[in-house]
Amino acid sequence: MTLTTSQSLLIIAVIALATHITRGLPFILFPENKETPRYILYLGKVLPYSAMGLLVVYCLKNISFASSPYGIPEAIAVLCVALLHLWKNNTLLSIGVGTAVYMILVQLVFI
Amino acid sequence: MHHKIKALKAAFPHTIPVMTGYLFLGTAFGILLNSKGYHFGWAILMSIFIFAGSMQFVAVNLLTSAFNPVYAFFITLIVNARHLFYGISMLKPFKGRGKFKPYLIAGLTDETYSILCSTEPPDQVDKTWFMFFVTLLNQIYWVTGSAFGGFLGSLFSFDTKGIDFVMTALFTVIFINQWKAEKNHIPAITGVLASVLCLFVFGPDKFIIPSMAFIVLVLTIFRKKIEEGI
Repeated sequence: MTLTTSQSLLIIAVIALATHITRGLPFILFPENKETPRYILYLGKVLPYSAMGLLVVYCLKNISFASSPYGIPEAIAVLCVALLHLWKNNTLLSIGVGTAVYMILVQLVFI
Repeated sequence: MHHKIKALKAAFPHTIPVMTGYLFLGTAFGILLNSKGYHFGWAILMSIFIFAGSMQFVAVNLLTSAFNPVYAFFITLIVNARHLFYGISMLKPFKGRGKFKPYLIAGLTDETYSILCSTEPPDQVDKTWFMFFVTLLNQIYWVTGSAFGGFLGSLFSFDTKGIDFVMTALFTVIFINQWKAEKNHIPAITGVLASVLCLFVFGPDKFIIPSMAFIVLVLTIFRKKIEEGI
């Protein structure tokens, strides 16, 4: 341990506080007993669609196209998930097979 | 009691992908933290009170560098800024959830959010309990994984490389489900394009906040068009 116990506890408390600020702030700014502006309600309705796109990109953010394996395993696995899901429409099957394909690719094929 | 069990039964299948991801990633987190001299009690403490996957990995760095709580505070705000979107989306679904609301908000991770914003429980299932159990089950997986990793530490090694793809797959599947459910695809396309563009411009460590700003801007400009389409 680099830090002392109380320093560590303080860092953890600060991280927990800041995390819960990012989660709670919208609920503090727009409490239930006041009418939420229509614009915010509109954002609330459409943001899930954008946020899911952002999350997919966030998961793939560390891919490098400049060095091997050039994001090929990720591209293959995401394609697998998408095609399988469009075909069978079975969430667990799509996720399970996609993950297995990815693990095989990064452990055995693109080493 | 019966309605609680019903809600738990309805919630569980939706959390299976997250269970896989959280157990393995939680274990990885516990092992990493253990390797820095923090026993499993610390991993449990962090997974209960912080409960934010990627941030806890960043936290390991913060715990092993010079003591700087102010920096830790701001880096957390930046890494977790995307949660602001989740809160805005859940203002309405969480409305009127009474004593459950604080916990639902505190447990709003990427994965919990992705389930809650895309899943409606069956008609006869109580929605409050359903949302509560999705959140609680996910946290139980995460805490269990961290404790396990922290306890076994480096004794534990088999090749799980690539298992974290389970989260990418989960978000991809939800993205497709949402795509099929909506006629207007501007928000979904914006989410992907704005993030990819900002990723190339700002790099992997700094692209989230610009992406969020860009997304809000596009959604604001096209508000009329999108609202007519929904």
